[in-house]
Amino acid sequence: MATYQLNVNGQRREVNVDPSTPLLWVLREDLKMTGTKYGCGISACGACTVHLAGVATRSCIVPISHVGDRPIVTIEGISQDSVGRAVQDAWVATDVVQCGYCQSGQIMAAVALLKETTKPTEKNIEESMGGNLCRCGTYPRIRAAIKSAAAQIAKGGA
Amino acid sequence: MAAAIELNRRGFLRVSFAAASGLFVSLYLDPKSLSMAQEGPMPQAAAKAYPPDAFVNIRPDGKIVIQVNRLEFGQGVQTSLPMVLADELDADWSNVIGQLAPAADVYKDPLFGIQIVGGSGSIAHSFRQYRELGAKTRAMLVAAAAERWGTTPEQCRTEAGVVHGPGGRSGTYAELASEAARKPVPAKVNLKSPADFRLIGKRVKRLDSSAKCNGTLKFGLDLDLPGMKVAVVAHPPVFGARVKSVVDDEARRIDGVRDVFEIPLAKGTGVAVVADKFWPAKQARSRLKIEWDLGGVEAADSAELWTRYKQLAATPGNVATSNGDANAMDKIPAQNRIVAEYEFPFLAHTPMEPLNTTVRFDGDKAEVWAGSQFQTVDQMAVAEVLGLKPDQVTFHTEMAGGGFGRRAVTDSHVQREAAVIAKRLRGTAVKLVWTREDDVQGGYYRPMHFHRVEVGIGPNGLPLAWRHVIVGQSLLAGTPFESFAIKNGVDSTATEGTADTHYNIPNLHVTAHHPKVNVPVLWWRSVGHTHNAFVMETLVDELATRARMDPIAYRQKLLKPEAKKLLRTLDLLDNETASWRNKLPKGHALGVSCHECFDTGVACAVDVSIENKRPKIHRAVLAVDCGIAVNPLSVESQFQAGIGFGLTQLMPKGAITLKNGVVEQRNWDGYVPPYIIDAPVAVDVHIVPSTEAPTGCGEPPVPVISPAVVNALSRLTGKRYRSLPLVLV
Repeated sequence: MATYQLNVNGQRREVNVDPSTPLLWVLREDLKMTGTKYGCGISACGACTVHLAGVATRSCIVPISHVGDRPIVTIEGISQDSVGRAVQDAWVATDVVQCGYCQSGQIMAAVALLKETTKPTEKNIEESMGGNLCRCGTYPRIRAAIKSAAAQIAKGGA
Repeated sequence: MAAAIELNRRGFLRVSFAAASGLFVSLYLDPKSLSMAQEGPMPQAAAKAYPPDAFVNIRPDGKIVIQVNRLEFGQGVQTSLPMVLADELDADWSNVIGQLAPAADVYKDPLFGIQIVGGSGSIAHSFRQYRELGAKTRAMLVAAAAERWGTTPEQCRTEAGVVHGPGGRSGTYAELASEAARKPVPAKVNLKSPADFRLIGKRVKRLDSSAKCNGTLKFGLDLDLPGMKVAVVAHPPVFGARVKSVVDDEARRIDGVRDVFEIPLAKGTGVAVVADKFWPAKQARSRLKIEWDLGGVEAADSAELWTRYKQLAATPGNVATSNGDANAMDKIPAQNRIVAEYEFPFLAHTPMEPLNTTVRFDGDKAEVWAGSQFQTVDQMAVAEVLGLKPDQVTFHTEMAGGGFGRRAVTDSHVQREAAVIAKRLRGTAVKLVWTREDDVQGGYYRPMHFHRVEVGIGPNGLPLAWRHVIVGQSLLAGTPFESFAIKNGVDSTATEGTADTHYNIPNLHVTAHHPKVNVPVLWWRSVGHTHNAFVMETLVDELATRARMDPIAYRQKLLKPEAKKLLRTLDLLDNETASWRNKLPKGHALGVSCHECFDTGVACAVDVSIENKRPKIHRAVLAVDCGIAVNPLSVESQFQAGIGFGLTQLMPKGAITLKNGVVEQRNWDGYVPPYIIDAPVAVDVHIVPSTEAPTGCGEPPVPVISPAVVNALSRLTGKRYRSLPLVLV
């Protein structure tokens, strides 16, 4: 066991866990932030995507001992960000979700994409979202919501 | 403290008054009133007990909480069933909350007699039930208002949660609720005519979107109870094997591990690890040294099974359908016959949320939290394990992250494991988690199937004789559903879509073999239609090509006139694709299919090219006849996304295989479902306008897509694709 000081959604949090514990399980079980999901544990599905120092990251394979002082942003904190808010709004307006279990990760991946690329092409979307699995198959609406969010951000609506 | 007032009139009204939470108007459907009601099939089973739960709770704050008698796992029923009730109730939709009901007799499917999500029946079977519930609640509110104002119900009208009476008087539902609850439940109510619907038929957005987009929605796996422990189980490498010995010192040394013990499984035995949290439990499990006793269990092997299945298919099986002359084939010249053999592998469901169940056993009672499609069955299983009666087991229905059939398991193996573990930890809530590896390797797959088909073509290019042998494990043999689904040795869930085809084939002979194999199998969204539609629709397409006919026109010609839904969807598809389907760019091809299942007709057209040795689906157009589309937005979503799920079986790594009894895939790296690149770029869904009773929309999207895509590929390459998973060379 070891103690770690974390910066999660702008707040300082302290945890005492085994150093091998993945960030995902620290968020879910120690910090009780269950919006970040466990899907596979091998970074194959993207359900656990968070932003680590601004980079979309699979929290299921990042041991807590590797996080350091890099700021962590999760689905619970993404609405503090204007792009994050625009993406969440577009997701709701487009009625994207079905079971919804993958959507925290999809939204985190989409926010990372739109922070880099203001007008994503279909190809950009396929590349950035390419590792996020949705078993319900909501992909057509994910594409639509990303474009809608991009348009909203361009209009300065976010 | 909540004071319970019980006005139990005619055995189906119960009102409980709770100061904190408001007033529950609880309407339990009386079987007699149901049978007197209008159109639709007669429910076979009826509610037998009436627990203090409610369908409608009109709260003092004006919110109307509607209990949903189903699991919500993506299909949108938590929105659509409240819409149905709220429409007849004339509720203000912005005040409606949909809640998943716990296990209770009153929430059983009116047709199936158990609480279930299955057979695409959630709307189809509860449409009239929820309309009546809304209409009866409304009638009681109106009666209360009329009494308060000294007038008659006929003088009152309702709109958006308000009763309006003569002289400009009005009262909100919340104001009238406690008086309404004392009114008798009307035995019969008039339902709205469709022209008066305010919600049904409108594109209504999901009630659960925001919570699913901001991380606040709690799924079963997110449950956190005081003092809760987490368990994982080491399952045998071959189904049904048993623990011979365990060395667990290393596992027990991990911080947070509380207990390690052997448990019985549905088949064989395993080792449970209980810890304070998931990570130590999983770490400890990987440090167990288990010696397994593999004696007496069959080591299933995919390669061996294919050989066995192919041999079986060479001989007729038990008769599923025998129409016309059994020897008609022999009169058709060899050049007018097609012989086709098809292979379909085992498929895992792999819903996004890994399987899990939480149980707390308190000696004389227990509590369960599970995202279950099969509450009645799972509740009974937990009760049996714990030596309790089902009504001593409170069963909470948790939101589930997908399911596709995987959460409706006749042997309730996950719930039984959880209950066995909880029994040992009496008084402590235990959350059992199946890791993704457990899920991929744990069985309960769509069974492997082999089809051998011989088609004799008549002079008009239409099939004259059709001999079809289907080989695959029975889903229902040995389960409580056996007598319901197995007739003459044929499990209808293996032959559905072929034995009852809507095509007019004069001499049709379909038989089936059901070999016994040591691999647990289960229904996979759309069940037998997954493989039967593929076979029928690729063969019919091949026949259309041979006859040099348009694939839509050929199907229209071959369908029976009574296949009205399919004919309507083909007409609609014809119209909606007329502008582009014969003008595709070079390197693109059209693929068409149609299939009816769960009483819903679907026709599908796709525009496909080949990119990087994979089909690229540029566009998919679907025409759907599902009767009244209760929520067209939800129907559209189900079909848009459901075809993406259906594409699982075309993925190059979309197969579960076994070698010497061991599953060869471990996770989503070896068993790879469709990602965004694999799904259609755009999907247009067109719904046939209808006033007929609503039919299923959960499963019908799945069967059409794979044959449509493969038919397009055949046009591009001239080859036929009959073995799945699909590998292009």
